[in-house]
Amino acid sequence: MPRLHTDRLYEGELRKIREMLLMMGAKVEEMLSHAMRALIERDTELAERTLYIDRQINRLEMEVDDLCLRVLARRQPVASDLRFVTMALKVVTDLERMGDLGVNICERVVELNEEPPLKPYVEVVNMAEAAQEMLREALDAFVAGDAERAQAIVERDSKVDAYYGAIFRELLTYMMENPRNIFRATRVQSIAKYVERIADHATNVAEMVVFMVRGKDIRHVGKLERRGGSGKGEAELGRRSPAPPEAADSDASLRDVMSVARAPSSRRP
Amino acid sequence: MNDSVDRLRARGARVEAVEASAKMSAAELSAWFGDKQALRSITLPLIERKVTAIIGPSGCGKSTFIRCLNRMHEVVAGARATGDVLLDGKSVYGADVDPVRVRRRVGMVFQKPNPFPTMSVRDNVLAGLRLSGIDPPDTDALVEEVLGQAALWDEVKDALDRPGGALSGGQQQRLCIARCLALEPEVVLMDEPCSSLDPIATAKIEELIHDLRDRYTIVVVTHSMQQAARVSDYTAFFYLGELVEYDHADVIFTKPSDPRTEDYITGRFG
Repeated sequence: MPRLHTDRLYEGELRKIREMLLMMGAKVEEMLSHAMRALIERDTELAERTLYIDRQINRLEMEVDDLCLRVLARRQPVASDLRFVTMALKVVTDLERMGDLGVNICERVVELNEEPPLKPYVEVVNMAEAAQEMLREALDAFVAGDAERAQAIVERDSKVDAYYGAIFRELLTYMMENPRNIFRATRVQSIAKYVERIADHATNVAEMVVFMVRGKDIRHVGKLERRGGSGKGEAELGRRSPAPPEAADSDASLRDVMSVARAPSSRRP
Repeated sequence: MNDSVDRLRARGARVEAVEASAKMSAAELSAWFGDKQALRSITLPLIERKVTAIIGPSGCGKSTFIRCLNRMHEVVAGARATGDVLLDGKSVYGADVDPVRVRRRVGMVFQKPNPFPTMSVRDNVLAGLRLSGIDPPDTDALVEEVLGQAALWDEVKDALDRPGGALSGGQQQRLCIARCLALEPEVVLMDEPCSSLDPIATAKIEELIHDLRDRYTIVVVTHSMQQAARVSDYTAFFYLGELVEYDHADVIFTKPSDPRTEDYITGRFG
């Protein structure tokens, strides 16, 4: 880590931004683990209580934005400080979105808890744990200024994507078996999708940590290089779901249904 | 020159086509005031028609460096320099070189605006030429041209006979720049040109620096990191008489490679 600033107030402001980001990350983790417990234990009251954590996350987001703007205006940061503040302004949005997705998960859990269980939700919980682990690692890498650790998280996003694919295929068979499963299966599928997006945001955080430490942007291009690709098409393939919240769900699901329905391996024997 | 480029490359500086584009360059330049060494083997190119900013804490040798470039360092009693300074590939310290001629080609603007206070605006502009014994054929056209280049013409065109000392601080500094430009220099050295000016006057000088880059090679010594970041194409960081880092300004202010540069520009020094 760099040496302390000569100006202690400035040092304090940067430290405060760092602490608030970590606090937001901790709140997201808390939401995710509570939501999963509410799902397996069918604890609607816990799910409803968890919703309120998002308000704290939103408040922190505004505070981080405000402090970053003040630091930019008054301190005109450069070099590593500039990278840190610009990174904070981006990461704060990712963390806030994760909070919103946490809210969506809780809402689906409440709906599911009003129905008899479709199946044990082990896979979704495992997936959420993987996403949570990614976020925790990203925040640890952020605190330690460890670009290598952050880079490793980027690679792990595909594991969560694979979880999502498996869960989706399984749910599809439930829906094909009995239309009465559709309501619950689509709820579970939504939860899996929200978790998958949380992992995407955790990946964004990790990429920003690499930028903060090394001053090197590994988004998009980095992915292309690692995959050994050369064309624009592969960059598109490698992209994580960037779709806007409203449109994404139905469109992406529809595309997924089409591709899964065509794939023989996705059907149950 | 080639040697200086190799050294820069060895430092990892990403300077494209330095060889072809350096108007001036310092090669292993060291300078002393008596026993005290102020510069330690500085090797640095000054790219043609670009702005190079020199930053560093007080006493790091910034001003001494630019005073060596136009041979003003040696006018101080007890001051000496070794190494070389090349202008268009030729040493300015050669035995056959007239220092006065060097100072015409490499002009200088100082920290405090120093017009001749009782001399008129017009005569201030022409002062350098007259002191050099040059009498330009069309003085009115020349005065208009250089005041225009110094972005001062519109403000003083109706007051050319007023004394230079009656202008505002920012106008006086631009008048000094005009006086420097009247000698048709190739390189303009500016030693903290805005340190005594308010933000508006500073902004005008900075805009002027930006415009002058089309015609001149400019070196700006500044204490203000923000100013260096705003005006320069290349930035050099000096510390304790040494050149610590030299690179594109964008690189210096977003991802410097030397931790001493990082500490200085982010305010983690001392």
